[in-house]
Amino acid sequence: MNLHEYQARALLKAAGIPVPEGDVATTADEAKAIAGRLGQAVVVKAQVHTGGRGKAGGVKLAKDPVEARKCAKAILGMQIKGLTVEKVLVVPATDIASESYVGVIVDRASQRPVMMVSPAGGVDIEEVAAKTPEKIFKLPVDPRFGLLPHQAMWLAFRLYDDLSQVRKAAVIMRQLYVAFLQAGASLAEINPLVTTPDGDVIALDAKLVVDDNELDRRPNIAQLRDTASEEPAEVEAREAGLSYIKLDGQVGCCVNGAGLAMATMDLVKFYGGEPANFLDIGGSSSPEKVVTALSIISRDPSVKSILFNIFGGITRCDDVANGIVTAAKQIAIACPVVIRLTGTNEDLAVEILKDAGFEALTDMDEAVQEAVKLAREAA
Amino acid sequence: MSIFIDTETKLVVQGITGRDGSFHTRQMMSYGTTVVAGVTPGKGGQRFEDAVPVFDTMVDAVTATGANASVVYVPSRFAADAIFEAADAGVSLIVCITEGVPVLEMTRVLPYLRECGVRLIGPNCPGVISPGKSKVGIIPGQICREGEIGVVSRSGTLTYEIIHQLSQHGYGQSTCVGIGGDPLIGTNFIDCLEAFEADPQTKGIVIIGEIGGTDEQQAAEFVAAHVSKPVVGFIAGQTAPPGRRMGHAGAIISGSAGTAAEKMAAFEQAGIAVMKRPAEGVDLLEERL
Repeated sequence: MNLHEYQARALLKAAGIPVPEGDVATTADEAKAIAGRLGQAVVVKAQVHTGGRGKAGGVKLAKDPVEARKCAKAILGMQIKGLTVEKVLVVPATDIASESYVGVIVDRASQRPVMMVSPAGGVDIEEVAAKTPEKIFKLPVDPRFGLLPHQAMWLAFRLYDDLSQVRKAAVIMRQLYVAFLQAGASLAEINPLVTTPDGDVIALDAKLVVDDNELDRRPNIAQLRDTASEEPAEVEAREAGLSYIKLDGQVGCCVNGAGLAMATMDLVKFYGGEPANFLDIGGSSSPEKVVTALSIISRDPSVKSILFNIFGGITRCDDVANGIVTAAKQIAIACPVVIRLTGTNEDLAVEILKDAGFEALTDMDEAVQEAVKLAREAA
Repeated sequence: MSIFIDTETKLVVQGITGRDGSFHTRQMMSYGTTVVAGVTPGKGGQRFEDAVPVFDTMVDAVTATGANASVVYVPSRFAADAIFEAADAGVSLIVCITEGVPVLEMTRVLPYLRECGVRLIGPNCPGVISPGKSKVGIIPGQICREGEIGVVSRSGTLTYEIIHQLSQHGYGQSTCVGIGGDPLIGTNFIDCLEAFEADPQTKGIVIIGEIGGTDEQQAAEFVAAHVSKPVVGFIAGQTAPPGRRMGHAGAIISGSAGTAAEKMAAFEQAGIAVMKRPAEGVDLLEERL
């Protein structure tokens, strides 16, 4: 789960990291009021789950409250990479002497949290990694001991020469590591970490990505989820225990297991169709899950045929069959449905479907070809 | 022979009285797995299915039965501790089926297991089956046949699909390992490839990967340098849009790293025959065996 900048910086602040004053606004008038309270030039920043806000015009400098109102008005409601801006963060404009990058990420290769710093901050870190990898410094952290003081100092010396700034940055890095752990994050980033002309070291931006698997034990983090910024069908699916991602094609896919779901989408494409979605109904699927899945898929106007691909293991084919039959009674499914089932309780499932007037196939390739053909005929 | 599990495997089931644990313990027992004990705190002294003794702790279970492997079915919030407990009790193989284990917990679990010299398979995996010998986990036994193909995969049901096709066409399996879809896992492709290369029963290998990360690329390098047996590969997620999580925590592609195209190219470069669709596996194996 991605957090917004204003949420992430609140968590960093709680961990002791110096962040500028400021507040979040949902209206232009609120933005004006915040700028008035701050009593100086401000920066108005769009709060959306994507990078490149600055380039898209989602970050603006305002010299007074009236201008802050104008900026907020322009930014609120604007689309950045398909996402609508619902909130802006208003912070004091900071004089910047230098910009660095500080982050911590769970690294698959070393299987540890890795602290990463770069004196080339304020820009996309992937770009720095690609163009000037020598400007990135990494240090794997032993999770049993955490980020040790001398390690943080070593990293901070990669950024600054001035000892007082080095010490400040080292403290911030250790605080960032703690915030990362407490949030159950898979990524925590300060980009940029700036020095001011007075020699202060401040986090000007903050990014936290939380491991979804941590949310059930962290209600304070889970409640930060901004469902307004997500696709409504994806939210509905998640709440039903499904994993759904909307795509642009015509063949609606309903599959058990992420790998098989991806392989099914690939096969749709292989036979000349385009998948309308990724949908994994998960293991031990109840009939209710299937009903929700089918209703989500059939609501998508671009779907011209629906393909079920179920390999029964923990998932019982009869559960899925019951779900399909129940759903067909509850909702109007306008397009043809192709069902492929094999594995646990397959025979039972075929019976259930037959009684309700559905046919079931057992071969994956055959089912995909049929679904692609039906979608093409309906288009 | 087979890899990781065989007729000598003496299994403890952690979470034997739970919904998933009890269902799959019955499945494993009917497949012929030697299940010597179960563990559920507070239920020590009971017997599962009138046959398998249940203990309160792993140490009790291992001490009383001499178990050498464990399988974890406990809910995700207890799973990391269950793995530590199994390692402390002295088993040499732990298979964690549970999904939803936080990645940060795995960063603590994995170095500890390395120090203890314990093999972990998973988490978030379907487990291991050596057809005709033993099954630890949830891979449906009826789709497998004893034979000479080693199967290693990051996915669950996609693995079943491919095993099913192999069995239907007369290609039995030495061992099938589902290594799990999470970013941090105990046993990776290379561990399995190394074991299959050394296993005399295995004559050919099928490797099933996904988008996300670079494990498949590393596996390809290993195959090129160290594997003499024919290898056939598949990558799921050719049509996946970048930057989205596709169910498995591991199946996420950001930018160019970890795309299906990249992985398929790495496979081909290493001499791995790449299936464009799962049904091609049998033909590709036939040409190479």
